[in-house]
Amino acid sequence: MTAADFSLFLPLAVLLIWATVLLIVDLFIPKERKGWTASLSALGLALTLFLSLRQWGETASGFGEMLRVDPFATFINALLLLSGLGGVLLAYGSIRRHGVERGEYYTLLLFSVSGMMLMAQARDLILLFLGLELLSIPLYVLAAFALPRLDSEEAGLKYFLLGAFASGFFLYGTALLYGASGTTLLSGIAQAWSQAGRNLFFLVGAALILVGLGFKVALVPFHMWTPDVYQGAPTAVTGFMAAGAKIAGFAALWRIFTEALPGLAPDVTPILWALSALTMLLGNLLAIAQKNVKRMLAYSSIAHAGYILMAFVPFGVPQVRDVALAAGLFYLITYAITNFGAWAVVSALERQAGQGLELDDYAGLGSKAPALALAMTVFMLSLTGVPPTLGLIGKFYLFRSVIEAGFYGLAVLGVLTSLISAYYYLRLVVIMYMRPGEPQPVANPWLNLTWGAMAILTVLFSLIPAPLFWWASQSVLR
Amino acid sequence: MSLELLLFLILALIAIASALGMLLSRHAVYAALFLVLNFATVAVFYLLLNAPFIAMAQITVYAGAIMVLFLFVIMLLGTEVLPPSPVLPWQRPLAFLLALGLLAESVYLLFFRQRLTLSLPATIDPFSGPKAIGQALFTGYLLPFEITSILLLVAMVGAILLTRKER
Amino acid sequence: MDYALLIEWTLKSLILLLVLLGGFAYLTLYERKALARIQVRIGPNRAGPWGILQPVADGIKLIFKEEFTPASADKLLFFLAPLITVVPALVIAAVVPWGPPVEIFGRRVTLQVADLNVGVLYVMAIASISVYGIVLAGWASNNKYAMLGGMRSSAQMISYELALGLAFVTAILLADSMQLSEIVAAQRNVWFVVLQPVGAAIFLIATLAEVNRAPFDMPEAEQELTAGYHTEYSGMKFALFFMAEYDKMIVVSALAASLFFGGYWGPGVERFPWLGPVYMAIKVIILLFGMIWVRATLPRIRYDRLMSLGWKVLFPLALAVAFITALGILLEQLWLVPLLSLLAAFLTSLLVTRAIWRKVYA
Repeated sequence: MTAADFSLFLPLAVLLIWATVLLIVDLFIPKERKGWTASLSALGLALTLFLSLRQWGETASGFGEMLRVDPFATFINALLLLSGLGGVLLAYGSIRRHGVERGEYYTLLLFSVSGMMLMAQARDLILLFLGLELLSIPLYVLAAFALPRLDSEEAGLKYFLLGAFASGFFLYGTALLYGASGTTLLSGIAQAWSQAGRNLFFLVGAALILVGLGFKVALVPFHMWTPDVYQGAPTAVTGFMAAGAKIAGFAALWRIFTEALPGLAPDVTPILWALSALTMLLGNLLAIAQKNVKRMLAYSSIAHAGYILMAFVPFGVPQVRDVALAAGLFYLITYAITNFGAWAVVSALERQAGQGLELDDYAGLGSKAPALALAMTVFMLSLTGVPPTLGLIGKFYLFRSVIEAGFYGLAVLGVLTSLISAYYYLRLVVIMYMRPGEPQPVANPWLNLTWGAMAILTVLFSLIPAPLFWWASQSVLR
Repeated sequence: MSLELLLFLILALIAIASALGMLLSRHAVYAALFLVLNFATVAVFYLLLNAPFIAMAQITVYAGAIMVLFLFVIMLLGTEVLPPSPVLPWQRPLAFLLALGLLAESVYLLFFRQRLTLSLPATIDPFSGPKAIGQALFTGYLLPFEITSILLLVAMVGAILLTRKER
Repeated sequence: MDYALLIEWTLKSLILLLVLLGGFAYLTLYERKALARIQVRIGPNRAGPWGILQPVADGIKLIFKEEFTPASADKLLFFLAPLITVVPALVIAAVVPWGPPVEIFGRRVTLQVADLNVGVLYVMAIASISVYGIVLAGWASNNKYAMLGGMRSSAQMISYELALGLAFVTAILLADSMQLSEIVAAQRNVWFVVLQPVGAAIFLIATLAEVNRAPFDMPEAEQELTAGYHTEYSGMKFALFFMAEYDKMIVVSALAASLFFGGYWGPGVERFPWLGPVYMAIKVIILLFGMIWVRATLPRIRYDRLMSLGWKVLFPLALAVAFITALGILLEQLWLVPLLSLLAAFLTSLLVTRAIWRKVYA
């Protein structure tokens, strides 16, 4: 390991060491003062964010090409670290109320974020796999964090079993790619591909890796776990998981396919097309039938995975590739902001463990807590993609790039499914404002901060999206 | 037929048979023992591939530690014999059909579309002895190695967290 | 293939097996005699002069005894368990070097059946496998006592394997090799017990637990579990368990001698290589006497304390010792190693004493 290697690794190293030390420090923090752990973990994330942003504009590889720092990685890292901060805020605002506060929550969250960052930065399949596991294992535990509660246990177990299964797929894919190319480095695989040409090992390996990552980001045939896990896990965990795991999973997908298997595009594009279409369609359709807000948002997150995947469909069309990827990155920001806001509202309305999560519990929110209802309306509109919100702009960029690449059908499907989604998103808004009811929102300053800030950001960035989009287009993988 | 090939074929048969035995056995203890046998056979494969270190590590870790704990738990819980699971009526035929399809597909791909001409890189050397493996782990694979240590720590913390009773 | 080599291997394996079988028989006699002396008795003295035919008599008795198989036992595993227990105990011995290379009929012969470059790992692998026989014997008997004995042994062996493995690591580090012949060769001038006394002590304690000997003979604690995992066994099957236990004692002593007590080295071995096996035998016999002595002296530890000792005392201490060893080698200051290790051991025992006192006077 050289000094140059280490400087690339610095943000990740700081986060990992911070988390490990926090694990010990937390032992000496009394049970009533776990706010210290929360603030220390937030401090660690902020420090890492600072170090990570200092790498902006740099493009270098270290550890024998295994670890990469490029604008793409920095962008994703920043997004992930902000999601981590959001996760800490959300957790500090809610887990004590539900009686599941333990210091390890925050350390596990930090470890999970570092796994995600590793996935964004790794250029080696072994390292990618380790990142995937480092992301997942803390999430399995966090999903089961409200332990004596049965649905939380179920969520943890389900996520663990299916997640382990998906990791197996990823590993088999890795093994096949390794067998075909003799290396686990993405660049080496690309080289072997250009020498050996189309062959079965590459195809099957890529397909298996797609399955493994498709599970993590909840694409449709691999989405079965999502509603149950999102519903059973503590709300704060769900909010973090929905944003972080998706961002990291897509980042890894992008990197593997564009860096290692660009030649595979003709084979993979139809598959991606179908996955994206199926995911949008099924996610939105099934969301309509949900009575529980957490389940509804779970299906909505599945649908959004479909939209994000859309940005990846034209990865074999060189003229559009960069624009599409930029649109995808932009959509990730949109999704993350809206997602955290929506989950913060859900958390504010969740009374005791799993209570107050039905659609009917939101009745009367418009008159009882106008600010909260307004924020929720903004998020719902943004998730639908209705004007004064960020969601519209994200979808606009997405659909435009897909049309440019010539996938008209996919764009039409995207618009249609957005229309479908308007039904259930707006239904919640209608219930909030039109139906009488006695909701009892919790006024926790940290939750208020989360949903308030996210609502303002959603509107603000919709008015001035240019800097964000500029940032995203600078961060495209090359 | 060389001696090595013969040995490989015998071992392959044992490996497949033990894997099948593990899947089909309704008795948890026997299933676990079949799995141990399978791990041991795989270890011998590694030996044939000139990778004694990995072979021994395989036996120590999988057969010696993990499976003993498996057996421990199975015996402690006392649920050795699984009840015959309620099967959906169409599940068996469907599974059979799908498996047949997969078999036909792979036979077609492997034997009729001969495009699997690959020259596998020589990966034998770096795995031959403990010195070579140590060198590889602490130079080329330093980062994955360290990340693995973190991963194990996290898994341990998680397991303790989930099983510890609050006092 | 070289036929002479094949013959050499066969002969060496055969001799090793015979030594282990004979060793088992006479170790039982040795133990009974030694125990008797310690307890101020005479011990077996009827069969042959000084009782030296006692093992033969025992063997004949065991062969002609009726063998029971409990009706509700798992027949197959009940039959296999003794075999699964004996085989690992015998095959571990393959990697132990019994002497320096010697010349026989102009051929250079190593006094070792197999000189693996991962010898130590091989020992770990086989040792970890040997739990199965005991666990399966306990389970297949379909008897609660046997079952408890089997469970105890598996928990105990897995727990002590960690400390044992780390003790191996100290020897590996000092010799810079995992090959047992090289580890022994590296002790030509200084025995590793001098450089790493704590590692050797941990090794001895952990192996006592690994072979289920007193004071760690939980799996067969008579007062609690009748006879533990072999309650239901009789005749030759019982004899196999018995043999496995005593062969393990011999092998473990041979390993301890090779790893920490200089193996076959002793004065004059360079000139007369045939002295090597003699020194080795002497060392093994002394170590075996140590085991018997411990059995005669120390009472059995309570089960939870046994686990605490393994996990909370030996394992951290072994970690520290492995770290200290690596540190000493890295700094090229080998004299630091025994000093710091002994300090660590002293601190550990201080902490343990304090914990016990607090419990006693609380």
